[in-house]
Amino acid sequence: MKITMAHGSGGRATGELIEQIFAKNFNNEVLDKMEDSAVVAGNKKIAVTTDSFVVDPIEFPGGDIGRLCVCGTVNDLLMRGAKPQYLTCGFILQEGADTEVIRRIVESMAETAREAGVQIVAGDTKVVEGNGGMYINTAGVGFVEEDVEISAQQCTPGDVVIISGNMGDHHATILGCRMGIENTIKSDNAPLNEMVNALLTNKIKVHTLRDITRGGLATVLKELAQTSKCTIRLKEDSIPVSPQVRDFCGLLGLEPYYMGNEGKMVAIVAKEDAAKALELIRSSRYGQDAAIIGEVTDEEAGELWMETAIGGIRSLEILQGEGLPRIC
Amino acid sequence: MNLETIKKYLKEYDGEEVALMEVCGSHTGAISKFGIPTLLSKKIRLISGPGCPVCVTPSAYIDRLIELCKEPDTCVATFGDLMRVPGSEKNLSLAKGEGGNVRMVYSPMELLTLAKENPTTNYIFAAVGFETTTPVYALLLESLIRENIKNVKLLTALKTMPAAINWLCASGAPITGFIAPGHVSVITGSDIFKPLADKYGIPFAVAGFQGEEILEALYGLVKCQGSGKVMNFYPKVVTAEGNTVAQKKVATYFEESSAVWRGMGAIEGSGLLLRKEYAEFDAGSADLNEDKKLNKACRCDQVLMGKISPTECPLFRKVCNPMNPQGACMVSEEGSCHQYLVNNRR
Ligand code: SF4
Repeated sequence: MKITMAHGSGGRATGELIEQIFAKNFNNEVLDKMEDSAVVAGNKKIAVTTDSFVVDPIEFPGGDIGRLCVCGTVNDLLMRGAKPQYLTCGFILQEGADTEVIRRIVESMAETAREAGVQIVAGDTKVVEGNGGMYINTAGVGFVEEDVEISAQQCTPGDVVIISGNMGDHHATILGCRMGIENTIKSDNAPLNEMVNALLTNKIKVHTLRDITRGGLATVLKELAQTSKCTIRLKEDSIPVSPQVRDFCGLLGLEPYYMGNEGKMVAIVAKEDAAKALELIRSSRYGQDAAIIGEVTDEEAGELWMETAIGGIRSLEILQGEGLPRIC
Repeated sequence: MNLETIKKYLKEYDGEEVALMEVCGSHTGAISKFGIPTLLSKKIRLISGPGCPVCVTPSAYIDRLIELCKEPDTCVATFGDLMRVPGSEKNLSLAKGEGGNVRMVYSPMELLTLAKENPTTNYIFAAVGFETTTPVYALLLESLIRENIKNVKLLTALKTMPAAINWLCASGAPITGFIAPGHVSVITGSDIFKPLADKYGIPFAVAGFQGEEILEALYGLVKCQGSGKVMNFYPKVVTAEGNTVAQKKVATYFEESSAVWRGMGAIEGSGLLLRKEYAEFDAGSADLNEDKKLNKACRCDQVLMGKISPTECPLFRKVCNPMNPQGACMVSEEGSCHQYLVNNRR
């Protein structure tokens, strides 16, 4: 069946759509009440975030917009050391969207939410003119323990920079789909609960966490260096990139340090805890390729330097120009 | 030779000052990417040259494309990097926003399918490039003729390197050696630089695009200062005589002409135009000579000639940046200003 304007009317068609697709998959005691707003248990310190997802195509190797919109918001919560609890979701469907596709996306969302341990407690659907696409907005709430303080301002000279795996997979997947380049690359979209929990429960001195999304590693680290007023030094050789993505980049003249990911984070941790932190991330789900890639120094405020394979020093900037639109 | 020995020599070099120009934009990019400037002694200065085809295209050419894309039943097809190059008033991207028919393609050969699928549309291909790209246009023409396709024309802005390098040397640019363009040399062969090396008594080194390959070429150039030697450090793909098949194809369809380089003016013998016999495929490429600056303070001309480093332009970064380029050298990813900015070269 195709979505028509009637599905956004608030009337019978809307009710059927909600009942047959959304409520069926997202069921939990809060949502099932179908009230105007969700009333949920709280915590003293909470983290709140929201994100909109406009990825094109909506289904791609390794994932889809449903999995992506849960991972994106859950990971944003995790990066402040929060335990993700609740999500809300707003669907904007274009006329002509296929209900079978919507069903698959919603199932994928529900499954990812289960994996990430969050409840989808409120939702909304609108229909607009168009040609069968869809956008999703998710907002999320997480609980933060009293003594947890993780933020972008806390990179400290001496700290060690760890990334949780290979760079560029999601970006290469989306670009490959759009350009019709055949390859075996899959999106890395994943919720990072397990590795963040492992760091927190083992009381690792984590100063900063960031998910490495749009703009890629270089943009994220340059911004951290600016916010924390320090220099970050990287070794190019140590940055993990899969051979497939490396070839893909070679073909198109791209650099993996500027490519987006959807299931990778950078952890800036105190030096004495670095080895333990690496081990914990590596033994967590989605963290097997984690690596130490550099260190924080007090040389200059806001600098990101990378020692290249031949020993030269290259200064990296945040991504300039447009990058790849509609990657998430 | 061993990489460590080369690195040590280049870092500790303390002889006469040398100024080496990498002519090609891809080399400018690679030099930044590998952090090569930090591996050189202060006595070795690198200068970026005019080897980005998009950067040296004069404004009149862009203006003509903009006019064409607004004509009825006409579609201008182009590589993506030309979209944001400034004409005298606007760029193709803006013209597209105003309803102009502009289509980005990855290869000129896509025109064959497009033209057959839409026989009532007249396609104009923005054929910009150096010796490296021209053979592809020759192949396109060959196919157009063979398949009797009449609705594709080229608006050319084709340039050749040797005459431009000659112009630079003759104009007194302070250059003591050239990293010769690697991709161009694949087609032309390394011997093409011999007359220039002899005439000016300066060395040329054909180089690949890996860090080690560039360092090797720099080492060769510093070692051979003052001698008119042509060295080939890219023998995997570059021969002395080049790709003669491609050269012949190009000569079938194109002939030497004068060409206007943005910021540098007209240089005799530095361009190619379609031969008279193939005039029906030409969308009016000759005499697109006007070259107006978007911003009067832009110093692209001096950047392209190696007279100043991009960072010496007063507009660099604050006023002129990739989001808001004031000159062609900032638009193209291979442009010197773009490369200096995104890589923070000082
Ligand atoms: S920085 Fe911009 S304005 Fe200055 S020379 Fe380069 S392109 Fe022109």
